[in-house]
Amino acid sequence: MLELMYILAGLVCICSGFYAFFDSQNPRRIGNGIFWNLFGGILIFGPHIHPAFVGAILMLMGVLTAKKFVGFGTLKEASQEYRNQKSLLIGKKIFIPALALGVIAFGIAQFTQLGGLVGLGIASVIALGLSLFYTREKVTLVPYESSRILQQMGPAVILPQLLGTLGALFSQSGVGKTIANFMGSLFPQGHPLLGVALYCVSMALFTMVMGNAFAAFAVITIGIGLPFVIALGGDPVIVGALGLSAGYCGTLMTPMAANFNIVPAMILEMKNKNGVILEQIPVAIALLLTHIGLMYILAF
Amino acid sequence: MELIGVVIIVVGFALKFDTIAIVLCAGIATGIATKMDLLGILTFLGEAFVDTRYMSLFLLTLGVIGILERNGLRETSARLIGGIQRATSGKVLSIYVFARMVFSALSLMVQGHIQFVRPLIYPMARGASELKEKEEEKLKGLCNANDNYGNFFGQNLFIASPGVLLIVGTLQEAGIRVDPYSIAMASAPIAFFALCYALLQNYLFDQRVKQ
Repeated sequence: MLELMYILAGLVCICSGFYAFFDSQNPRRIGNGIFWNLFGGILIFGPHIHPAFVGAILMLMGVLTAKKFVGFGTLKEASQEYRNQKSLLIGKKIFIPALALGVIAFGIAQFTQLGGLVGLGIASVIALGLSLFYTREKVTLVPYESSRILQQMGPAVILPQLLGTLGALFSQSGVGKTIANFMGSLFPQGHPLLGVALYCVSMALFTMVMGNAFAAFAVITIGIGLPFVIALGGDPVIVGALGLSAGYCGTLMTPMAANFNIVPAMILEMKNKNGVILEQIPVAIALLLTHIGLMYILAF
Repeated sequence: MELIGVVIIVVGFALKFDTIAIVLCAGIATGIATKMDLLGILTFLGEAFVDTRYMSLFLLTLGVIGILERNGLRETSARLIGGIQRATSGKVLSIYVFARMVFSALSLMVQGHIQFVRPLIYPMARGASELKEKEEEKLKGLCNANDNYGNFFGQNLFIASPGVLLIVGTLQEAGIRVDPYSIAMASAPIAFFALCYALLQNYLFDQRVKQ
């Protein structure tokens, strides 16, 4: 069942790849096309091809993005006029499929044995049916629209999966142990509150340096979260969930996260390009302290 | 020596090199540092990448979002938010941060700053109160800040958000099995606090403007 979901997800990528190939206005159409088709191919055929070959494909994808052969797509959205018109015609019913997506996925995860991921797949299919019903659009538009959004999101879409992969390699190579030993020589292990504070603050600081909480999470959780918090009996669900969002507190305070802090300041023509960060700092610090408190109370 | 990968990640991200290439380089360097051969590294990376495919299942939701956007999802939302009468700047922001969080929890919005803040929220908040020049700059900062609060702390409420799946995957690679649903639930308390702090900050802004 889950494999079927991967095939669908792979088809989304492959569609995107074909649209990218024929996107004549995009100077990077060839690179884009190859990139999305390769990714789709891995999603569909991954378990049936030799893992070393998958690894080699990943390297090829890395070379494509490093050489700037892959970029954002230029697939056009429907005109403003069309959207206004449809918005007036459909009205608030447009939210029904949107809500259905979340509610059905939630319901399947909560009340059946299928699990959250299969639930998401089923919810997506039902929500898609509902959205076509309420909007009276043709099915043939679905691949185009999903490709448009995927290309708008760009190649960074594969980043979570890639970071998960790197995390696995780090675990296997003992990177976590080394960081843990180093931190252990600086801080005493075995105190839950100290461990929680160390983990949350490290997440925020590493995120500030890297500008990306996802990348920090893979490193800091293995190096600090596991030995300093989870090993003492902290509930991994709580620790993981709050660990990542502790990183978001760092995102709020760093110019390295330019997409969230610097570009928006330019969009609103602010005089101080760090003006967004200045407003966010008090809230981010309050939230970071709240993270430490919540994690300590809820996980132990 | 095995920390070389961590160093590459930190330096590479900080210098804004291509993210995908950095992660792959860090992987290869770590593998070499721990005396794996090239074929072994590729095999390991390939295997782990196939094992973590579920992190990309959010791809399934893109079709729905695309169709809804095409049919005026943003325009309808804008009319709903714009229909609020007699609001102050802070109240406009507070309503927006709540809406943004809900949208984010339904995985519906990709870029709030461009799609909502600039065309709708800032003009509304700006028009709702008499502001001095210094306060105007502060309001701009707050508009963007509220988008970030709602987006960051709402997104992990969705069971298939990339963040939730990253948590599941990272723990799984460390030998701990957790399911995405419970991660999403565990993200609720902090979302609540984030919302409270945002509302407080917006309220304080209104008080300051009043004086």
